[in-house]
Amino acid sequence: MSGENLPGRVYGSLLAARRWHPAEIAFWLLAVVVYFALPRQLLLLNEIAILALFALSLDLILGYAGIVSLGHAAFLGMGAYVAGLLALHVTADPLIGLVAASAASALLGLVTSPLVLKGNDLTRLMVTLGIGLLMLELANSLSFITGGADGLQGIVMGNLLGVFEFDLFGKTAYAYSLSVLFILFLIARRIVHSPFGLSLRAIRDNSLRATAAGVPRNGRLAAVYTLSAAYAGAAGALLAQTTSFVSLDVLDFHRSADVMLVLILGGPGWLYGGLVGSIAFKFLQDLIAGWTPQYWQFWIGLLLVLFVLGGREILHGGIKGLVARIPFLQRGRRP
Amino acid sequence: MTLLTILIDGLAYGMVLFVLASGLSVTLGLMNFVNLAHGAFAMVGGYVTVVLMQRYGVHFLWTLPAAFLTAAAAGYVLERTLYRPMYAKSHLDQVVFSIGLVFMAVAAMKYVMGSQQQIISLPEWLRGRFDVFGVSIGRYRFFVFVLCGLLALTLHFVFSRTRFGSRLRAAVDDARVARGLGIPVNGLFAITFAVGSGLAGFGGALGIELLGLDPTFPLKFMIYFLIVVTVGGTTTITGPFLAAMLLGVADVMGKYLIPQAGAFIIYALMVALLLLRPEGLFSRSRS
Amino acid sequence: MSAALQTTGLSKTFGGITASDDINFTLERGARHALIGPNGAGKTTFVNLLTGVLKPTAGTVTLNGKDITGLSREARVRRGMARTFQINQLFATMTPLEMIAAVTSERLGLGSRLFRSMTGERALIDETADILARFRLDDIMDETISTLPYGKQRQIEIAAAFAAKPSVLLLDEPAAGVPEAERKELLDTVAALPADVSVLLIEHDMDIVFRFATRITVLVNGRVLAEDAPDIVARDPAVRAAYLGEAGHG
Repeated sequence: MSGENLPGRVYGSLLAARRWHPAEIAFWLLAVVVYFALPRQLLLLNEIAILALFALSLDLILGYAGIVSLGHAAFLGMGAYVAGLLALHVTADPLIGLVAASAASALLGLVTSPLVLKGNDLTRLMVTLGIGLLMLELANSLSFITGGADGLQGIVMGNLLGVFEFDLFGKTAYAYSLSVLFILFLIARRIVHSPFGLSLRAIRDNSLRATAAGVPRNGRLAAVYTLSAAYAGAAGALLAQTTSFVSLDVLDFHRSADVMLVLILGGPGWLYGGLVGSIAFKFLQDLIAGWTPQYWQFWIGLLLVLFVLGGREILHGGIKGLVARIPFLQRGRRP
Repeated sequence: MTLLTILIDGLAYGMVLFVLASGLSVTLGLMNFVNLAHGAFAMVGGYVTVVLMQRYGVHFLWTLPAAFLTAAAAGYVLERTLYRPMYAKSHLDQVVFSIGLVFMAVAAMKYVMGSQQQIISLPEWLRGRFDVFGVSIGRYRFFVFVLCGLLALTLHFVFSRTRFGSRLRAAVDDARVARGLGIPVNGLFAITFAVGSGLAGFGGALGIELLGLDPTFPLKFMIYFLIVVTVGGTTTITGPFLAAMLLGVADVMGKYLIPQAGAFIIYALMVALLLLRPEGLFSRSRS
Repeated sequence: MSAALQTTGLSKTFGGITASDDINFTLERGARHALIGPNGAGKTTFVNLLTGVLKPTAGTVTLNGKDITGLSREARVRRGMARTFQINQLFATMTPLEMIAAVTSERLGLGSRLFRSMTGERALIDETADILARFRLDDIMDETISTLPYGKQRQIEIAAAFAAKPSVLLLDEPAAGVPEAERKELLDTVAALPADVSVLLIEHDMDIVFRFATRITVLVNGRVLAEDAPDIVARDPAVRAAYLGEAGHG
């Protein structure tokens, strides 16, 4: 075996890890197809795309760097408020708002990153929860800027790229959110397969060995935390811009909890977890809410409990079994 | 409102927080389990009191043991059935699991009891205020202060002076070693979990008047329990007790003196404390 | 020419307890040097002082003639000091290829590149392949590390330290826990480490020490009790009294 060209084989393995799987291409094509196929569901699809981006943002830190967070809504909310305020007071251009919101959230991420570098999982859960609640209280207290409990109302967005008007059916909204999601996904995909991405997985797997291999743990984690915050900020901007409304709800604890649940449902650490999870989550929510609007939380809760108690193994096992029967999906990438 | 009155309000509030959170601190320390659903047991206790008083006219004092027992029974059953398989799983799974439980509890309680704030009418002798050296003290707050104070002393005694307590401390210190010494850690945990849940239920009942009660209670006060445990640590009773007192006083004072800041002070305080002691007081990190 | 690694007056106290006491130690270039001592002799503390996990109370550590006493762990790695751990510290969800590539890319200074593709890095690929071949990991390079047998994992532990291209390599009980059947392959790779790498072996197992080391330092109660060639150390009555009497069960 080892007689043959080993560098070539190493190259081949590294390439295989980042090559596009046919199922991935199918996934994104499907996301475009539903735009035409389900014109009545575009508002829901838009919500899914935004939640998916938010979950992707959490996946970057949780799935790839092992940072648990119960306060990720802080960055979503920051992005949403910045985008909303910008639209109200400065410019109605959505793209400028998007960039500004990401930048603001990234800054917040950078500033708060020292807090999540310290301690263990439990402390981190607590600190992130604390930061999330702190931001909520801050937004509540600064009601002269944020509108307090009434939120930011009367946001009117300009046309996307100066051409596409945001309509009531969510046509522009979904196209816009999906495009942003796709572009940011491409970037994330590139990053997780880069040497930087590999070093994050090293830290996640074994921080002691990573340090002993010369990986500057704190710097790398701060970098990915900031990046993740920027992604969450972009999701917040999309939320504010496509719904023309921002309220304290964007900072609420349930946002942080939901996004974690979404990611756990889809499975962290393979980029599609948040995407698949958000589809499942939103459809379930929609389904249950149509049947028992007030109590849908109960069923989501039950689902989660069953899921972590053993449902995950059954579900993922079932999917794996299914995948094994479809020749088209043979080059399986998930463990 | 004089400063002293606020101080006593804060202490009474802190006492309730301590009773609510003490069970969590022990379960967290013992099994290293993140139970974000702890507040659900408190809520159960609170609603037991509400139902018994409103529907069956039971005297307030008699509802307190009932609240304790109901929550303890719920804790015992859930520990045996749902919690136990979760111990070996990751913190993340535990968090998701317990958030799931909270969601279920909140929605179920909304369904059964409605989403309105619950009000109970306390017996005559617990209403109103009395003066001591010119300081006005709420009767109910004084009652809570004394009752919880006695409870805290009892817990401290059990924890530090009895055989049960020393076994529990050994198990909290290092469950593996304790198992090696023949201490039945699982049994200890079932009992502790039940008692801790019961205490939460008791605190929930006592707290209706001070903290309010509606189905979102487990979510609203989750952070408070976590602060008590994080700041107070898990190896003693005194730690969480002091933390609860600090939290209670700081929260009440903050809300009276700088109402526009809301709960901001509390969260900032927690983040600051965690920064100063980054390992929090869960310092027995097993990375 | 300066020594590969040197300590002068290195001391560490915890509270009132002295764990390392005025240790003067020299690891010559290309050395095969063993550090032995009974349990609690302060070997772990000494290694932690060398690698920067602990800061000394007094004394200095120099690596290739440069004072590194104040440097962080990562900085020491970048200057050429790598280590293995007594208990495997692996990137368990990765493949051997990925783990070696992770260490190598860090050494090549690529770790902070967010958008660089690994397949475009010739040096990374060649070096990774080189190390996989040297440690005979090429036929399992695409399997998940956590699923590999313990002996192979131990091999990866050493390969990962070696991938940092150290001038000084600290091996902390490299054969600990390795079953007899896989032991030979492991010791062979240790013996085959290039001569220009200076190796400090921290070991309990006297067979390995005498087979491998050309020089031995004996640490007892945080102090250097003896340092000499293996045959002289083996005859030293003080060493026998303090250590060899209870050796043999590592």
